[in-house]
Amino acid sequence: MTEVNEAPEGASRGGDVAGAGAEPLLKLRGIDKHFGPVQALYGVNLDLPAGQVTGLCGDNGAGKSVLTRCIAGAHQPDHGQIYFEGKPVHVRSTRDASALGIETVYQDLALADNLDIVQNMFLGREQLRYGLLDEDSMELKAAETLSTLRVTTVRSIRQPVASLSGGQRQSVAVAKAVMWNSKLVLLDEPTAALGVVQTRSVLDLINRLRDHGLAVMVISHNLNDVFEVADRIAVLYLGRMVAEGPAADFDRQSVVEYMTTGTANGRPYESAAAANGKG
Amino acid sequence: MAGVKAGAEIAAVPRHRALWLRSQAAVRDLWIGGVLLVLIVAFSIDSPYFLTRANWLNTSSTATEVLLLAVGETFVICSAGIDLSVGAVLGVSGTAGAWVMAHGFPNAAGAAIGPIAVGFLAALAVGTAFGLLNGFLVAWAGIPPFVVTLGTLGIATGFGYLLNNGQEISAIPPSVVTFGNANLGGWVPVPVLITAVITIWCGLLLAKTRFGAYTLSIGDSREAVVRAGINDRRYLLEIYTLSGLLAGVASILVMARLGAGSPTSGADDNLNAIAAVVIGGASLFGGRGTVIGSVIGTGIIAVLLTGLVLVNVPPFWQEVAVGAVLIAAVYIDQFRNRKATRR
Ligand SMILES: Nc1ncnc2c1ncn2[C@@H]1O[C@H](COP(=O)(O)OP(=O)(O)O)[C@@H](O)[C@H]1O
Ligand SMILES: [Mg+2]
Repeated sequence: MTEVNEAPEGASRGGDVAGAGAEPLLKLRGIDKHFGPVQALYGVNLDLPAGQVTGLCGDNGAGKSVLTRCIAGAHQPDHGQIYFEGKPVHVRSTRDASALGIETVYQDLALADNLDIVQNMFLGREQLRYGLLDEDSMELKAAETLSTLRVTTVRSIRQPVASLSGGQRQSVAVAKAVMWNSKLVLLDEPTAALGVVQTRSVLDLINRLRDHGLAVMVISHNLNDVFEVADRIAVLYLGRMVAEGPAADFDRQSVVEYMTTGTANGRPYESAAAANGKG
Repeated sequence: MAGVKAGAEIAAVPRHRALWLRSQAAVRDLWIGGVLLVLIVAFSIDSPYFLTRANWLNTSSTATEVLLLAVGETFVICSAGIDLSVGAVLGVSGTAGAWVMAHGFPNAAGAAIGPIAVGFLAALAVGTAFGLLNGFLVAWAGIPPFVVTLGTLGIATGFGYLLNNGQEISAIPPSVVTFGNANLGGWVPVPVLITAVITIWCGLLLAKTRFGAYTLSIGDSREAVVRAGINDRRYLLEIYTLSGLLAGVASILVMARLGAGSPTSGADDNLNAIAAVVIGGASLFGGRGTVIGSVIGTGIIAVLLTGLVLVNVPPFWQEVAVGAVLIAAVYIDQFRNRKATRR
């Protein structure tokens, strides 16, 4: 149960991006979401293929967090359809999302400071033995997951998370998310509060999730981070998905333009593959 | 590409170390246990009566009422709440139980099990009802626990007085009193035994079950609990209900010991119970606390209360002492908290 999924054959970095032919793990089609008079998302389409990291960019208020919460079951889209493994699904709650294998690490992490690493990782999914908490097996599984992800800097998995550094807390939150046979992990600004070294270790962690065959979506303001880990890039501009394609289609300049104007060089996004004429 | 095989680096967490760290709370409990021991030794040096059977019976009966309230309060405080109503709920529950026995069955014979059972059930029901009310208002109406339970403190006190114009009700079957003062081998009062069983059960509940884990987690980070898909409101309701139910149990033991249901019988116990929990190492900020800690805290309070009398301190100083100890305990807690969050 603890083992993170193995990568499916052929999924690899920079490979057949967007998995031409292969069904993406998660597909969003025409997602609308409004809050009162505020339209946060307009007909958003997005593909999140397994074994690839998708970087989601966008200015403040573009709708990145709302989109994440729609996938995570924390918001219900007004219109549109979510497909998971090719099948239309309704994600009505965090539990629904977990049942599908979708886990979310929010920007503020929301860890319980007085509880230790094991307790945090198992919060809501405690293992029982004769009706009592099975501390031993939870401890073992937590240690397994952390070592699988090579999170080895923590002194003890029984220390309260209040005593961890920012990067370690982020790692615990990510480990918590991938421990449950997750297939898709959504990370909202995972490096925003971190220093250089800690950012490095979180990016390594993201690379490892990809290597294990998970689909990953990373929201980040930091384009260095995005270009470092993303296989695909998607840009939201005022609630619309203005660009979505392989990272190779983008450079820093064009991403910034899409983020701030919705176009690059005055033209809307067109994937390089489409531009070359479909093969 | 192959999945990294788990296991290689688990050694980073040696077992003995993990077990030791798991029991950081146990270290704290040991520490305050030492304080309790010092108090006992000091009082027994000062007064030849301290280590006598009479004083044990006296101290333990004080301790049972406080302990039952403190155990319920432990759950509430661990969830970052507070229950100011437990003492008043004890008073109204006991009075209601006595009222039912006196009015429902005016001709009840001394040992009539029916009326006694109905009276006890009434006391439990009233305690539980106040707990449910507290829990509902905290969890669903979103009113701060301090305000909710201050309000129900007033309501419970008022109803307690209304039942018999503020008078206690002593027309209860005599066998209730026999039960309340029964005693195994001269040293183990039945109420102490009952309290011990309930306390052990609640200790397991807090430390070893999902309910206990969620109690602590809600106090620590309600957001984390909500995001984990846990029904936080349901658990809050259950936590306050448990507190009310235990106040109902305590009211039965007090009524049975004194032979009357009195609306004022729990008035001092509120302060004592909260002080016991905080002395026992529970954090008023939530997320931290143990039942064993509260047991030791209750021991400290009970020893203070009875010991001060034995060494001829005027009884009115008792409350002064408890109040001062409570403030000191909270101060130490804040200090500890600041230290813990310093990275
Ligand atoms: N719960 C909410 N209620 C009302 N408006 C919201 C809510 N959540 C987000 N919004 C609005 O939706 C828009 C997108 O927000 P968000 O997704 O948080 O942006 P970001 O891309 O910075 O994460 C913003 O205009 C924001 O004010
Ligand atoms: Mg955001």
